[in-house]
Amino acid sequence: MSLKDKYAIAGVGYTPQGKLPDWTVRGLFLEASKNAIEDAGLTAKDIDGILVELCWTDPTTQCWSLQADLGIEHTGLCANYDSMGASAIAKVQLAAMAIDAGLCKAVLCAFVEKSATAPAIPYRASLGAGLAYGFFGAMPGIAMAAQAHMSKYGTTSRQLGEIAVTQRRHACLNPIAQMRTPITIEDHQNSRMIAAPLHLLDCCLVSDGGRALVVTSAERAKSLRHPPVYIIGMGQGHVILDLPERPDMLDCGAKRSGETAFRMAGVTHKDLDFLELYDATTYNIITQLEELGFCKRGEGGPFVEGWRLAIDGELPTNTSGGMLSEAYLQGWTGLIEVVRQLRGDCGERQVKDAKIGMVTNQGGFIGFHSTLILRR
Amino acid sequence: MADYDKPLPHMTREAQEFWQGCKRHELLIQRCKDCSTYRHYQRPMCPNCGSWNAEWAEVSGKGKVYTYIVAHQPFHPTFVDDVPYAVVIVELEEGVRLVSNVVDCRPEDIYIGMPVEVVFDDVTEKVTLPRFRRA
Repeated sequence: MSLKDKYAIAGVGYTPQGKLPDWTVRGLFLEASKNAIEDAGLTAKDIDGILVELCWTDPTTQCWSLQADLGIEHTGLCANYDSMGASAIAKVQLAAMAIDAGLCKAVLCAFVEKSATAPAIPYRASLGAGLAYGFFGAMPGIAMAAQAHMSKYGTTSRQLGEIAVTQRRHACLNPIAQMRTPITIEDHQNSRMIAAPLHLLDCCLVSDGGRALVVTSAERAKSLRHPPVYIIGMGQGHVILDLPERPDMLDCGAKRSGETAFRMAGVTHKDLDFLELYDATTYNIITQLEELGFCKRGEGGPFVEGWRLAIDGELPTNTSGGMLSEAYLQGWTGLIEVVRQLRGDCGERQVKDAKIGMVTNQGGFIGFHSTLILRR
Repeated sequence: MADYDKPLPHMTREAQEFWQGCKRHELLIQRCKDCSTYRHYQRPMCPNCGSWNAEWAEVSGKGKVYTYIVAHQPFHPTFVDDVPYAVVIVELEEGVRLVSNVVDCRPEDIYIGMPVEVVFDDVTEKVTLPRFRRA
């Protein structure tokens, strides 16, 4: 019954990332898809499932237009998927489920982000009048939860700074990261406030870029180009999204998401060699470490101190630099990196002997959550 | 008033009475007629008992700051002159929470737990926004 070990990520695809004024959304979708398919050692004709997230700067590029652009006459699964920032992992999960159900054999999941060069678009409005009060977007929303956390538990900005500094260190080891200048905690503290209590260096980048991957059965993946990266655990957890209505504002949905994934995988926290945690802000890391059970709620601040999350630390986290320093590609920054780490392909930033990794995604005002545990 | 250019609330059908109440300087919160649970934002159905019967209750307007942020960056062009400004989530005595601002109060003086009460800001001829002041 369990899907554990039966499905694998067989190919991953990148595009350039950063400021890409000359690339269209459609072009980036194709570039990422082409690269993922090729990386799997397949051709477009082998793909019979397509899952995309709409890019809000060009919602005309959709699952069906990608199918046509790739010249795939028939698919058994073709959908636009929207769980906001939690979509990337959720799509991989759905791909595995669809293959398991016999709908298709090789699923392409693709994504494009255009926040660096597209005009700023107000974040999808939640219900209610937030805009009228100057409350725009995910960042201030996350800051609301961060402030509540800091006031209740004494979490400090400097603790958030350790996360930012560590991830920048990791980005410096990543040739394609957008930010490759090391920073210190003082730099973090001196960086301008965006939505207090969050500084600029607490917040993720803006980026243009695309990513894609191909999911197949484990058996099939074994005959393809790279050693398979096997999916062993999956989970999701979503709470009431709008902050004023969420009974427990510090609940980001990660508890159920993580527990389901750990249960399927049959592993516990200490079995994980590294983490790729969704990092729209440094606070996302704190709340996930708590809600996923690496430490108790309220202890996330002290937990990250002493450079615990460094590649050479106790719990390597966001090894590519993450969305804070590599690129803001929503759930895809970490999702592709977990595959690279488990392939042993990460050069200077390789986690030694990485066998089992966890990646997470978050969406909305950190109310949607998805988890994937993988092994080599 | 004529040149108020900030975004106005998105007024859904369920919210009509709320905004009409604000125009009369009354803070009305939706309440289920069957189980008496308050809800905000306005919804067609009671999330607690599933009833479609609702009424609008005038509430005291008193509450506390539940959490807040201070925007140092204008996230919208019409807020350029307001920066830095605070956005608060207020928890009313009735238990529901709303997003708002605190008037006549510097951002640095806001704290979680600060007692507040509603005031009404007639921003345009048609729209009145509920905001809060220190209580």
